[in-house]
Amino acid sequence: MSRRAAATDMERRAIITGIGVVAPTGIGVREHWEATLEGRTRITPFDAGGVPLRAAGRVDGFRPRDHVKNRLMIQTDKWTWFALAAGRLALDDSGFDPAGRDPYGISVVTASASGGNEFGQREIQALWAKGPEEVSAYQSIGWFYAASTGQLSIRHAFKGHCGVVVADGAGGLDAMGQSLRLLRRGGEAVLVGGTEAPLTPYALVCQADLGRLSPGADPERAYRPFAPDADGYVPGEGGAMMLVEEAASARGRGVRGYAEILGHAATHDAHHHERAAPDGRQYARAAELALERAGLGPEDVDAVFADGAGDPDSDRAEAAALARLLGERASAVPVALPKTMVGRLYSGAGALDTAWAALALHHGVLPPAVGTDPDAGTRGLRIVTEPTAPERLRTVLVLARGAGGFNSALVLGRAPADEEGAEEGGRFNV
Amino acid sequence: MRRIAVTGIGAVAPGEPGRERFWDRMVEGRPATRGVTLFDASQMRSRVAAECDFDPIACGLTPQEVRRNDRFGQFALVASAEALDDAGLGRDDLDGERTGVCLGSAVGATMRLEEEYVAVSDGGRHWEVDGSYAGPFMYPVFVPSSIVSEVAVKFGANGPASLVSTGCTSGIDAVGQGARMIADGEADVVIAGGTESPISPISYACFDAIRATTPANDRPAEASRPFDADRQGFVMGEGCAVLVLEDLDRARARGAHVYCTVAGYASRANAYHMTGLHPDGVELAEAVARAMDEARVDPGDIGYVNAHGSGTVQNDRHETGAYKRALGPAAYDVPVSSIKSMIGHSLGAIGALETAACALAIDRGVLPPTANLTTPDPECDLDYIPGEAREARVGHVLSAGSGFGGFQSAVVLSRT
Repeated sequence: MSRRAAATDMERRAIITGIGVVAPTGIGVREHWEATLEGRTRITPFDAGGVPLRAAGRVDGFRPRDHVKNRLMIQTDKWTWFALAAGRLALDDSGFDPAGRDPYGISVVTASASGGNEFGQREIQALWAKGPEEVSAYQSIGWFYAASTGQLSIRHAFKGHCGVVVADGAGGLDAMGQSLRLLRRGGEAVLVGGTEAPLTPYALVCQADLGRLSPGADPERAYRPFAPDADGYVPGEGGAMMLVEEAASARGRGVRGYAEILGHAATHDAHHHERAAPDGRQYARAAELALERAGLGPEDVDAVFADGAGDPDSDRAEAAALARLLGERASAVPVALPKTMVGRLYSGAGALDTAWAALALHHGVLPPAVGTDPDAGTRGLRIVTEPTAPERLRTVLVLARGAGGFNSALVLGRAPADEEGAEEGGRFNV
Repeated sequence: MRRIAVTGIGAVAPGEPGRERFWDRMVEGRPATRGVTLFDASQMRSRVAAECDFDPIACGLTPQEVRRNDRFGQFALVASAEALDDAGLGRDDLDGERTGVCLGSAVGATMRLEEEYVAVSDGGRHWEVDGSYAGPFMYPVFVPSSIVSEVAVKFGANGPASLVSTGCTSGIDAVGQGARMIADGEADVVIAGGTESPISPISYACFDAIRATTPANDRPAEASRPFDADRQGFVMGEGCAVLVLEDLDRARARGAHVYCTVAGYASRANAYHMTGLHPDGVELAEAVARAMDEARVDPGDIGYVNAHGSGTVQNDRHETGAYKRALGPAAYDVPVSSIKSMIGHSLGAIGALETAACALAIDRGVLPPTANLTTPDPECDLDYIPGEAREARVGHVLSAGSGFGGFQSAVVLSRT
């Protein structure tokens, strides 16, 4: 731990001071955390048409009109509605008031694996069924990846760096890493995260292509990463946005925050255009580098939020990576898989896992996985199945991967020590 | 502080593929715009395009690489190979773990997505599509980051890898972020660039719908007219440029040819409108100023500005205002040009093609012209290098981009 103090004293620091969640676990950080602690699946039966998939993680009770004005709604896809809703919730939760601040000092970074699926399908359908004059004037701004960042920047008048990250399932975590790099260069805050809306007919056809969707009908059991008989994943929608604030700004308004982003690294397997490298070497290296950049080592990791792909090859590769990283501790370090409650959210996943990890550090409690049976085998990992308060929970490693070989690792630590009068977390205190 | 060298350039630009063919066109000021041939555009308002005469097999790809990748991915593989070859870096010369990939694309694999959609929906007859009619490799088409993986796998790059999708500034932003990977010590070499293949019915229909593209179908070679009073909108283009970015000390140590350095980069947002621009160009000026700060250059040091110059009235005036604001009186002395006049606007690729043109301009001592600029817009009163290229030895050049989301980006390249 001593390495860390030396490494970061002179640096600008990135604190998560606001969390906005729009996910199958709920809308808003309070609802999300309460649902998390209940520890039951939010995956539900799902009719995917001809695609062999029977369960999905949907955001129930999301009324776009509560979050997005009518005029903007018709210009944007559901994935952007999620980002707009989560962005507003994160800002509200942080209590950060942009008024009077330098607008160029506040940046926006979002991640998405596949953009505006429903919007894109609808307009291609209109073009081919009816003709070019039927294509919406908003297709050019609604379908493509830049929409969420652009709309968030416009809504909140943030004029700093605009980032849009696409790296399949690793993108959400890469976006979080980008917030740390941006704040080290300057500025006061970054509104950052990832959302996804992949449960539309054409998007599902595309997802089925890899053959990794679970055919399971039982929402509790369809997605069970690291089980010896795991047979794929269940996709989900939603994600999270966070306000990541430079430490001096947070301290200046008496806010301690949920957690600190200490380090990030990304690597690529460069192994196969679709499959992960079985040896987990580059994946482990991403985690080692992220820890090194945080001034930490593998011995400091108190818990891991794993990627948990849910297909045997990818699970084996992740277990191999964790064994490389943690050595003998690989079977002892708790592995949190709360994503088993919601399914895989692609670029929403890295952001939602970061939110979960920040909340875990804040509350001192690791969230549970559902549907896993430790007695049936977990590829040697210690999966957390009940809300658990470990003796030591200071440093958490969050991992994510993307199809084709993307690896991403983020290291979070407890928020900086209490200052006089500093509020715990944002406005949300359980 | 690490400095970042450009040591290799690869291009698949409208017309013939390859860096030298691209540069010949720049020097000759010869437009590549023509009537659309890649699809039947007869129903479209705009039927002009800047197309690549591209044969992926002749460019060295394998049949399986062609099958797996949409056209924009094929461009990226070909341009990456040319750039690495130009840099003198074979697969065995690269330290894989110190090599990153950072590519930009605004619209990803929309060409293949649309083609496949026509089959699975039976020509738009069914919303609940039939996946049994889908071709292979649908997942890579669904997530455009797949092309980054393709490049990483082909060249053994195990460093940080990402696709940047900031609309029309994607190409500049990918180069800027790639440079930061090296500046931050996360990589020594980065394969950085932008690629796009948007010449397809859905892209044309969506730009027709906002009347951003030109209807000047009867004079395709003169259709892209940035800063000209007779301009009617932009001409859609396609293509790709890849730059090999490298730690300057490392590049010098191995005796590599250095085109220039990436000396400064910044991106800002106007927080105003997804497609609209303030005429005053405040935020673009801010991005330019911050990029110049990072490069430690003053307005008077800039010897050439490669403009966004899309050929819409709104952009050309916005941009002219931004340069006056950012460069002050020096704006009137510095030559400015838009190569979109020759190769159209290839969305997420163009920023990389423009950055490549700037690197070549520094290296070869020639500034590309603005083609088709015959009747100046009185409100655009800078020196836009009309018609013909100019010989000039320049120390520092600025390239700017502006686009969807209100994003404004700028990069400064410097002679070493």
